[in-house]
Amino acid sequence: MPQSAEKVLDHAKLFHEPEYQEMLARKRDTFECPASAEAVEAQREYTKTWGYREKNLAREAAVINPAKACQPLGAVFAAAGFEKTMSFVHGSQGCVAYYRSHLSRHFKEPASAVSSSMTEDAAVFGGLNNMIDGLANTYSLYEPKMIAVSTTCMAEVIGDDLKSFIQNAKKKGSVPEEYDVPFAHTPAFVGSHVDGYDNMIKGVLDHFWAGKERKAGDTINIIPGFDGFCVGNNREYKRILDLMGVKYTLIQDASDQFDTPSDGHFRMYSGGTTLADTEAALNAKATVSLQAWCTRKTLDYIGETGQETASFHYPLGVAATDELLMKISALAGVAIPEQLTLERGRLIDAMADSQAYLHGKKYAIFGDPDFVQAMARFVMETGGEPTHCLATNGTKAWEEEMRTLLASSPFGGDAKVWGGKDLWALRSLMLTEPVDFLIGSSYGKYLERDTGTPLIRLTFPIFDRHHHHRFPLVGYQGGLRLLTTILDKVFDKLDRDSEVPAKTDISFDLTR
Amino acid sequence: MSLDYENDGALHEKVIEEVLSAYPDKFAKRRKKHLSVAKGAEEGATGAEGEDGQVLSECDVKSNIKSIPGVMTVRGCAYAGSKGVVWGPIKDMVHISHGPVGCGQYSWSQRRNYYVGTTGIDTFVTMQVTSDFQERDIVFGGDKKLTKVIDELEQMFPLSHGITIQSECPIGLIGDDIEAVAKKKTKEIDKTIVPVRCEGFRGVSQSLGHHIANDTIRDWVLDKKDNAFEAGPYDVNVIGDYNIGGDAWASRILLEEIGLRVVGNWSGDATLGEIERSPKAKLNLIHCYRSMNYICRHMEEKYGIAWMEYNFFGPSQIAVSLRKIAKHFGPEIEAKAEAVIEKYKPLVDAVIAKYRPRLEGKSVMLYVGGLRPRHVITAYEDLGMEIAGTGYEFAHSDDYQRTGHYVRKGTLIYDDVTGYELEKFIERIRPDLVGSGIKEKYPVQKMGIPFRQMHSWDYSGPYHGYDGFAIFARDMDLAINNPVWGLFDPPWKKDEAPLLQAAE
Repeated sequence: MPQSAEKVLDHAKLFHEPEYQEMLARKRDTFECPASAEAVEAQREYTKTWGYREKNLAREAAVINPAKACQPLGAVFAAAGFEKTMSFVHGSQGCVAYYRSHLSRHFKEPASAVSSSMTEDAAVFGGLNNMIDGLANTYSLYEPKMIAVSTTCMAEVIGDDLKSFIQNAKKKGSVPEEYDVPFAHTPAFVGSHVDGYDNMIKGVLDHFWAGKERKAGDTINIIPGFDGFCVGNNREYKRILDLMGVKYTLIQDASDQFDTPSDGHFRMYSGGTTLADTEAALNAKATVSLQAWCTRKTLDYIGETGQETASFHYPLGVAATDELLMKISALAGVAIPEQLTLERGRLIDAMADSQAYLHGKKYAIFGDPDFVQAMARFVMETGGEPTHCLATNGTKAWEEEMRTLLASSPFGGDAKVWGGKDLWALRSLMLTEPVDFLIGSSYGKYLERDTGTPLIRLTFPIFDRHHHHRFPLVGYQGGLRLLTTILDKVFDKLDRDSEVPAKTDISFDLTR
Repeated sequence: MSLDYENDGALHEKVIEEVLSAYPDKFAKRRKKHLSVAKGAEEGATGAEGEDGQVLSECDVKSNIKSIPGVMTVRGCAYAGSKGVVWGPIKDMVHISHGPVGCGQYSWSQRRNYYVGTTGIDTFVTMQVTSDFQERDIVFGGDKKLTKVIDELEQMFPLSHGITIQSECPIGLIGDDIEAVAKKKTKEIDKTIVPVRCEGFRGVSQSLGHHIANDTIRDWVLDKKDNAFEAGPYDVNVIGDYNIGGDAWASRILLEEIGLRVVGNWSGDATLGEIERSPKAKLNLIHCYRSMNYICRHMEEKYGIAWMEYNFFGPSQIAVSLRKIAKHFGPEIEAKAEAVIEKYKPLVDAVIAKYRPRLEGKSVMLYVGGLRPRHVITAYEDLGMEIAGTGYEFAHSDDYQRTGHYVRKGTLIYDDVTGYELEKFIERIRPDLVGSGIKEKYPVQKMGIPFRQMHSWDYSGPYHGYDGFAIFARDMDLAINNPVWGLFDPPWKKDEAPLLQAAE
């Protein structure tokens, strides 16, 4: 009997025990009708070939292991960045259970959102009554200061019109007439979660700004974009902006919402951009988006108000941070303080100390478009080569920008850009053109297993490691974390490759 | 091992009143029907006998009706019930999440249906395969795309034994004919292809998805292929064990030990072949009644296979169940069952000796789905713990009836509980442990109350069987007796020292 009270074995060890191994072999041989071991081995080998890769990359309809989610997830994340705001997703209720779970599994935090719980009758008659009842219930039970409405694909397919529905609900007294109910249509069959983010931010701004006269002031709006590292990153943005003495409004700040303390009380709402600040942001001098692909429509909309706009692709590493600081410095008319110059120097110092271990390393990078762009840039700054750059939600325009970026450095010479491709395609790419490291989300762990390439988890979602998102990756300080995370994997790999006593451990060096 | 306790029914009545007062009148009235306090018990009922024992209480509430909009229901949808629960674990088939990308993405690898196989070669459980609908598919229909998806999957995964089409919301709304595609492609590629109408807007919860999935197995798999197999006298199917964290394996090992052969496991670690051969078994053993009673009733009607509910959580129920199952097969198996119970007794005794003193008298609130809100109760009681409240996401009235065999008088019962209600219940009752899902975990822990996810076993498991019970006991202990719960109050605000027990 493998189990004992003294040393309880759970799944990680229990099923390795002979009793279970024998049972599973018996199951397979007697009952499963499996493919033969030879056929499995032959197919496994075949998937490593260029022939398989060709077919894999030629797929036009089947999507296998995509690295993207749907619009409403982005909208729910966006709404979480505003003061005491409840996300209300109009449509089927299962979707909302999924967004909440998805966000909770990454942040290890509560994720609140409600659904209008539409079912078959609503599919026939429309979901107006669900909106009327739903808003009333959310308002009384959860006492939010604002309810941000988005849609599941069900409501989009049947064509429910949020604007008129919300007006109707207000007339019926679900919420007071002057109560804030911004909305965004977020069809799951268009774009991805980064577009849902974009649509919700635009919806919120339009709700507060529409019909108002802009009086140009001197603050700068900063929109961080969809960011699973918002907890660490937003605080780092704020620290930098405070150091620079800039007057700013962070539009959409979920850093406190997804990082509430354990002190005996559950806070359904915490932090976020205040509604007053959101409204006043119309009068800003300029708006800076830190993730351009997350804010395409929003920036166009803001541009139309007469504000200056600027956008970046997630400020990872040296040059990207330099550019951001210089732009903010120019927009706000402030100098870049000595403190930040010092931090820059420290990051460069660290990079110089470690350059020998990074120079010439090859990477596969996947994630959202802005992340991949930023990461490829940082990798090249360390002398690495971003061999495969893949974004399932990357567009043709993204591919173009990526090619320009890669062409700007000798380290990007052999790199390829894969917009719209999924992680099953990346499997073929990595098996035919191997790399040293894989950078992405937890979904990459299957690629790590199948290709033997160590995975460095640096982007959303990270389900199987804890708390990474609490530390910033952006700016010079964040750059240190980024650098160290990559280096840890490099050194761990060196150690793993040299740990067999009397065989490979000649290189098991104490100092590296 | 049985416990004798009664809950504070009066307090629970009061708490129900309190939460209802927060709703607009119309909805307070509707929610009231879903909340109750278990009434009256039969004299001498012990609770150790589960659904075959005496009725302990009556805990009837309204169930299986639509959730109220805007209240933060915990429920999922029909797609989750079909793809996520019933079909998804079948390992040698490719399951297409047919529609937009999200549903498949959020459910990807999240249910911990363990399996053995080479993923992407002969097994496909932890993969997310989707037709990734775009606007043009909504406008022009998705059947052509689906056809192409199937062709491409055939190229990518030639060793798969079949395909299922798991419909997401848009499919039923735009009038696609996935059945026609399935029929046509089945002929072309000579593999089982199953169209499933589990659009998320159907029904009121996951539950209809289970039912629809069961029906599609009936209509598209059973009796479709001649899967030769020599049946034996002790062949059984295990129905409704999804092998979460290896549950089905920890159960199978016991069934084999008492001399039975498990022909098919529905559906954790299952292959299509196992499902196809199931009608040849002598008895269906059903663990999750809620999600798979439909197919049991069908097999009973069509093939004359009897079915039997059992419970493999905790030693009391395992022993009761093993004896009940063995009785069906006669003295030889019964003798083996007794030997198995005897064999594991030292393990059970050691586990209880170690953990019961650390858990005795601790109160638990549960809110889960399927069978667990009742089935795990006796496992807790085996450890000396008491159940203060329990409820189901998607139960029907027959589930609440069965619950009466498990819960004591005064237990708080909540059906399709809302985020607001659950938070208030927990705040007022302050149990020593809450067992629920990922969405509930972090709010509860922030309140300073230990928590275990009871859908995924909080990434642990198995919890079934004797091997699983040891893990269950360890996990409940480590949740409750971790020192972190004593660190919540800063020393400059602290007024009493926490009571803790160091890990052993």
